[in-house]
Amino acid sequence: MKKLINSPDTVVTDALAGMAAAHPSLAVDIENKVITRAAGPTEGKVGLVSGGGSGHEPLHGGFVGYGMLDAACAGEVFTSPVPDQMLVATKAVNGGVGVLHIVKNYTGDILNFQMAAELAEDEGIEVIPVVVNDDVAVQDSLYTAGRRGVGATVFVEKIAGALAERGAPLTEVAAVAAEVNERSRSFGVALTSCTVPAAGKPTFELAEQEIELGIGIHGEPGRTRAPLASAHDIATIAMDAIAADMPLTGEFLVMVNGMGGTPLIELYGIYNEVSQYVAGHGARIARNLVGNYITSLEMQGFSVTVCRLTDTLTDLWDAPVDTPGLRWGR
Amino acid sequence: MDAEFFRAWIAEIAAVVEAQRDHLTQLDSAIGDADHGINLSRGFTAVQAALAQADTPTPAAVLLLTGSTLISKVGGASGPLYGTAFRRASKSLGDEPEVDLPALAGALDAALAGVQKLGAAREGEKTMVDALAPAVTAFSKAVAEGARPGDALSALTDAADAGAQATISMQALKGRASYLGPRSVGHEDPGAASTALILHALRDVAARQAG
Repeated sequence: MKKLINSPDTVVTDALAGMAAAHPSLAVDIENKVITRAAGPTEGKVGLVSGGGSGHEPLHGGFVGYGMLDAACAGEVFTSPVPDQMLVATKAVNGGVGVLHIVKNYTGDILNFQMAAELAEDEGIEVIPVVVNDDVAVQDSLYTAGRRGVGATVFVEKIAGALAERGAPLTEVAAVAAEVNERSRSFGVALTSCTVPAAGKPTFELAEQEIELGIGIHGEPGRTRAPLASAHDIATIAMDAIAADMPLTGEFLVMVNGMGGTPLIELYGIYNEVSQYVAGHGARIARNLVGNYITSLEMQGFSVTVCRLTDTLTDLWDAPVDTPGLRWGR
Repeated sequence: MDAEFFRAWIAEIAAVVEAQRDHLTQLDSAIGDADHGINLSRGFTAVQAALAQADTPTPAAVLLLTGSTLISKVGGASGPLYGTAFRRASKSLGDEPEVDLPALAGALDAALAGVQKLGAAREGEKTMVDALAPAVTAFSKAVAEGARPGDALSALTDAADAGAQATISMQALKGRASYLGPRSVGHEDPGAASTALILHALRDVAARQAG
């Protein structure tokens, strides 16, 4: 294992200290591993809290700031944070009108956020959780833990954050978050595995000419393995899986996301394939993101996430945002 | 079995989890995300530190602090699940300074119920329940039939081992391994494996104190 770390035990806190040093707009509670806006809670504004295992940067801490999250809880690498952290974050961002918890559908995140919501409600803070589950690689059935929450989390955090910034009440912010999730689909592909620092070796093994289709964001294996193919063919597999689940008609927000170890030159190549695919279905990409937004440490690969837009959602997407990971309009 | 006994059990769990850390993580890398041993080791190390600092006069107090610390320190799914198991076991024991075998059986049954409620898991879904449920059943039966402590605890661990082994041929229906579908078959469930280790630690501590 070659990594730029001091020790596997301090990798998360060292990164948090670096975030604090790099971004004066953030307040970082290293002990609780909670990142909030330095300005503190906004009275009368719904607070947005998310969190999850570390190793997905810039998600979630990089999306704390004006127009997006109020707080992010960082767990150990690929391990959900604990209820105590989420309670600290929830109390820190409470502006008196309730707090939205944005939870990716992974068993650990669900259980810990559920416990945190109960603790917050014991302290008189209204919490509504919204669960993100956009990964079409998993069948949502009795036979699985349900679809995983992946790329759509970025869209949910941005769009719900914009509506909260406009002063909407908690129920409306929760409703738009659920709507974004409902209208979004993702599919991920890995060319390589990744190494959790504390484990010291790759989470799974892939042969030189082998790829893993339908991965999540924790280096967990996907559904099937396949031989390496061209960018065109791999992008087609991903988009076919998405199109089979949701018709590609209308206007879309599309994210081509690197998994941490993929050069932009390849991500743009994939975006080219995706945009031709979408155009071929008679749909239009109205907004896009290309880059690393929800990663799996140093994994090579990509995920593609699409969200079928409405005029309202486009307007909220365009609203000003000022975070380390997304910044425009302000 | 007094508070001292339960502290010895927790210390034994911490030692075994540390010794089996890489093995548990290896099991998890096959069908999960390669952190089960790391997380449990971190959790029980924190529990040991908490027990060293706090006054835990009753078995229930030991188990309550263990459960609360696991919930606060572990994260993932295993933190809330094991944390709830220990907290429910604690609640069922009340303030008694000494625990007999029927009370221990009741505590293990309460732990199982807590895990099943939180995780919404049943037997046969390739989870820790597949080790815990048959173990609790076998132990309760042995205790009801008047078995000696050593024999009842061997029934507990034998059933846990068999249950953990049985997960190898199961397809995961819960947790992260479920994403693999049929590819999850052929691997022992890490949660079932760690549950068996925790119950072995209970038997080993009892055997040591009896001998």
